[in-house]
Amino acid sequence: MEKTAKRNSRKNTWSLLMLTLPGLAYLLINNYIPMAGVIIAFKSQNFAKGIFGGEWIGFENFAFLFKTKDAWIMTRNTILYNLAFIVIGTVCAIFLALLMTELTKKVFSKLYQNALILPSVISMVVVSYIAFSFLNSDSGLMNKSILQLFGFPEISWYSEAKYWPLILILVYIWKTAGYSSIVYMASIAGMDKSIYEAAKIDGAGKIRQIKEITIPLLKPTIIIMTLLAVGRIMNSDFGLFYQVPMNSGALYSTTQTIDTFVYRAMMQLNDTGMAAASGLYQSLIGFMLVMVANGIVRKIDSDNSLF
Amino acid sequence: MTELKTRGEKGFAIFAEAVIVLLVLLSIAPILLIFIASITQENSLISNGYSFFPKALSLDAYSYLLGDFKTILRAYGISILVTAAGTLLGVLITAMLAYPISRSDFKYGRIIAFLVLFTMLFSGGIAPAYIMWTRIFHIKNTILALVLPNYLMNAFNVFLMTNYYRNNIPGALIESAQIDGAKELKIFFRIILPLSVPAIATIGIFTGLAYWNDWINGLYYITQPQLFGIQNLLVRMMDNIQFLKSGAAGSALGSGAVQLPSNSVRMALAVIGVLPIVIIFPFMQKYFIKGVVVGAVKG
Repeated sequence: MEKTAKRNSRKNTWSLLMLTLPGLAYLLINNYIPMAGVIIAFKSQNFAKGIFGGEWIGFENFAFLFKTKDAWIMTRNTILYNLAFIVIGTVCAIFLALLMTELTKKVFSKLYQNALILPSVISMVVVSYIAFSFLNSDSGLMNKSILQLFGFPEISWYSEAKYWPLILILVYIWKTAGYSSIVYMASIAGMDKSIYEAAKIDGAGKIRQIKEITIPLLKPTIIIMTLLAVGRIMNSDFGLFYQVPMNSGALYSTTQTIDTFVYRAMMQLNDTGMAAASGLYQSLIGFMLVMVANGIVRKIDSDNSLF
Repeated sequence: MTELKTRGEKGFAIFAEAVIVLLVLLSIAPILLIFIASITQENSLISNGYSFFPKALSLDAYSYLLGDFKTILRAYGISILVTAAGTLLGVLITAMLAYPISRSDFKYGRIIAFLVLFTMLFSGGIAPAYIMWTRIFHIKNTILALVLPNYLMNAFNVFLMTNYYRNNIPGALIESAQIDGAKELKIFFRIILPLSVPAIATIGIFTGLAYWNDWINGLYYITQPQLFGIQNLLVRMMDNIQFLKSGAAGSALGSGAVQLPSNSVRMALAVIGVLPIVIIFPFMQKYFIKGVVVGAVKG
């Protein structure tokens, strides 16, 4: 009896392990081999010497990278854009969620929500087409209609770097606010209604209820979402910074992020070492930030930490 | 329960609805603009610019694309094929990997969960991945390049599935199946998978959207226009509107004689690219939102 149970459990272990194999194989190829491949950041490029071959050159790629203006510009842009996204994005998402929860007709709120989420499920390429229809110099809506209406001179948007922080933040908010508000809506929906009833009896109006009940109760969610976003502060949406500005060289000072730099180093300059060095620099700082952020989240609410 | 509403509350509800309607319009308007531009007469676009209220409408752009329908159809076919294959395969291996992790009696569950988690924390970056895919697996300019890198499976979806199994599949069910002598694989495919349809729908939507909207794999790994999906065709069209005309995308029809209405054709192609999502997404919204809520912080 005992023996058959043991044999069975061993068999079960084997069967379950079999189920994990395809997934594990994919993780190995898609994630773990490239992790090992970061050694190319410390090598000279020499494909004759095998895939990840080449001479060891230590930190030369990094030294070269941090001598360039690009390193500073892409780091600054990546972090500043992300900070702006975190602050403005969170405010917009909460604002949306507060309004959405006030809606009384279920049918309409579903419809509204669908419209608000729609921008987040269309591709960045289509978004770049939309931006183009607003911004292109010859016939864009901005130059032809809006600026003319107010009597401003035309602007050649794709060659003026100074407008892009505003443009990219607007595009980002337009694309993500509806999606981000989902979490806060769920959080508000889960709140105890009796607190609101009590506040009503005490004569607190809607605005006061929001200020003194909803926002304080949302605090944990806000803190956790923010910390997780801080963990991703070195990453950027490649499409937003590459395709929406049309890969325009004149705009690099305000559109270059680490992700777009890695692409350009890799595919346009064919400098694999430099691309790998930038990628590793991004991943290492990202890793440290995720660890710190997760540690703080675990202290606040261990249910919501990554591990 | 009917709530008594004070006048102030009613007023606030009306205010909230008014603001939401305004924001809904702001959400939709830009998407509407490319649709309107696609049915605007080219000359009107050139002289008056893009507008919500065009002076003259025309379907020239669409009839032009119809004349080049082989290119469009091919790109569309590739997008559909890649999305279907990637989603089916991705969902299957994700569901298979997540199930043993959810089983508390599985010896290697913790270590495998850690292997999955670690991919969320650290990545090797694009450069080594590019070298691996092109020099070890030689996927450049193959359809595999659009399916394999990046999107097939991710830690977020694995944990979303794991949590679903843990919270919705009663342990007693598995035990009784085991007592009946069912093999683990049979239990998984016959009992567990059919019970997991909602979670599978959710990760299916995430994966499907990622594949349909992806153009970055194409940017890195595809240089032959015959292998472009609809998104990469759009990228190329933006760079070079003559691309369609030259027939480089493998079309037999070089519509040389026809004056190319470049602005409206561009927008018409963008509309065609986004249309499936606009049509299908409302039906999937429920599962999508569930997935975002459950996986907001982690899967």
